[in-house]
Amino acid sequence: MANVGLITQADPLHRRRILTDRVMTWLMAVSALIAVVPFVLMIYYVVTKGLPAFTLDLLIADPKRPGVSGGGVRNSIIGSAMMVGGAVVIGTPIAVGCGVFLAEFAQNRAGTVFRFLVDVLAGIPSITAGLFIYALVVLPMREFTAMAGVLALAVLFLPVVARTTEEMLLLVPRSLREASLALGAPMWRTAFSVVLPSALPGIITGVVLALARITGEAAPLLFTSLGNQFLNTDYLHATDALPLRIFVYASGPYDSWHEQAWAMSFLLVAFMFVVSISMRFLARGSNVRRR
Amino acid sequence: MVALDRDGARARLSNRFRIGDRLFLLITASTALVILLLTFGLFWELTVRSLPAIQHNGGFAFLWNTKWDPPREIFGAGAFIFGTFVTSLSALVIATTLALLVAFYLVEMAPPRVAAPISYMVELLAAIPSVVYGLWGVFVLGSFIRDYFGPAFVAVFGFIPFFNGTPRATGMLTGIIIVSIMILPTIMAVSRDVISAVPRNQREGIVALGATRWEMIRLTVFPYARPGILGASILGLARALGETLAVTLVIGNRVGIPHTIFDPGYTMASAIANQFTEVENDMHRSSLLEVALLLLAITFIVNAIARFLVWRVTGGRRLVIED
Repeated sequence: MANVGLITQADPLHRRRILTDRVMTWLMAVSALIAVVPFVLMIYYVVTKGLPAFTLDLLIADPKRPGVSGGGVRNSIIGSAMMVGGAVVIGTPIAVGCGVFLAEFAQNRAGTVFRFLVDVLAGIPSITAGLFIYALVVLPMREFTAMAGVLALAVLFLPVVARTTEEMLLLVPRSLREASLALGAPMWRTAFSVVLPSALPGIITGVVLALARITGEAAPLLFTSLGNQFLNTDYLHATDALPLRIFVYASGPYDSWHEQAWAMSFLLVAFMFVVSISMRFLARGSNVRRR
Repeated sequence: MVALDRDGARARLSNRFRIGDRLFLLITASTALVILLLTFGLFWELTVRSLPAIQHNGGFAFLWNTKWDPPREIFGAGAFIFGTFVTSLSALVIATTLALLVAFYLVEMAPPRVAAPISYMVELLAAIPSVVYGLWGVFVLGSFIRDYFGPAFVAVFGFIPFFNGTPRATGMLTGIIIVSIMILPTIMAVSRDVISAVPRNQREGIVALGATRWEMIRLTVFPYARPGILGASILGLARALGETLAVTLVIGNRVGIPHTIFDPGYTMASAIANQFTEVENDMHRSSLLEVALLLLAITFIVNAIARFLVWRVTGGRRLVIED
């Protein structure tokens, strides 16, 4: 045994193979380190630049005139809540209904085509969703409105939640459905009293993650809700949103704007992480996949 | 008599069932129809609204022409298409290389205690909104490239064409790096899942024959997972192509073909985001919608290919393919 080891270790081919293995192992480990660097730097800057600029005024005051320091982004926070809330309220019933349809009636070839079309909608660039609603709603109404923003966000929200719902429903064991049907319950009763309740935690997780995702979207709002430097709570007028305001402030020339852009980023990223991490805890054990 | 009554009751009962179930089918099918209509409506609206521009700008000329002059109504999307493909493909190469090495490390090498936090940190990158990437890209990455990385890079590699010029905070290079970071989590997560799906006996077989761990990866795991990895990176490409606000903030937004990697450029998505609210005439608006239609068509094709590839490897089991 020791003899064999001696011979192979002296073999140059063997040495080269071992060396390659070592080098590649190191390369992979270093790559893993490099991949973590952007995350660390991102969090570092969002916290160190965002936290000092994060004041109470940011939450309860409206923006001042351009170039004047102070003020806040109450209008954007309320606008974001309005539009994201609207999209979730309108989108959830439709998306869950579609998910139920996919899971209960569309497990066939026609369903595969339909599923593909839902995935197509889930994969469109978010800015094209904005342009779609612009052409469909804003042009005929001749006004940028929060309602248009709601619809643009809903276009992004719907396909994601529909597919998550379908998957959660398919995870419910077949025997549970059969037991209910065997007791004489019709399909709709089985779906509402047996299947949906047992898939509910997964569906809620999907809804909340999709909600977090559309909260960070500004591209679909650019041409639908447009943005507004004043507080607006009317769904029929132009309305601001947090990511929109970050975009405006980041591309603007004033230092006070940049500081507030970092503070808003801190707020958004903190929100995303709280949602993402808490959903991960809640979903632990179940088969939910997260982004 | 008794039997007849029972039959009547059963008929009434099953009739009620049937009505309930029909209603159930009707309601869920109509919600499904809403999503179907949205998908078709999206393509339809953009096509109809860009028809004037398609007639005005010509078919293929629009793709090659790099002149974009709104006041004179000359519109060619060549520069935007060029910028989109250069940033997306470069980012794709960078992100795929890195994501693949990381994915192999996570699945094949790292102990779970190390793999879990790394994997989680990279995945959390996907939760950060696009505008925040843009902000970070302009003020952190951009100034780092302008002040430190750029000058050093030009000093060393400046003799190579495209790698010289004056480093700027916003330009092609900043855009490429930002997009690379943004698509890294998608590619990493999907490749990791695809690599994990490679059967254990494939690995055991070659290790039993005396292969080192790297040879195991190179000779069995990688070939087995290759279609899925390809699918993962194409999913990343689809995301890169449609990336809007981060790129709009860091790419520089100048029409024309950039001459070096530090020059400002333009992408299809950033052109729309930057110009659409300030259109100079109806043809300008229509032409931007034509750019959007083109972008939509490209991402549609890219997404379809990616989904097919991932589906083939995993046999229909779903992976993380949102975005």
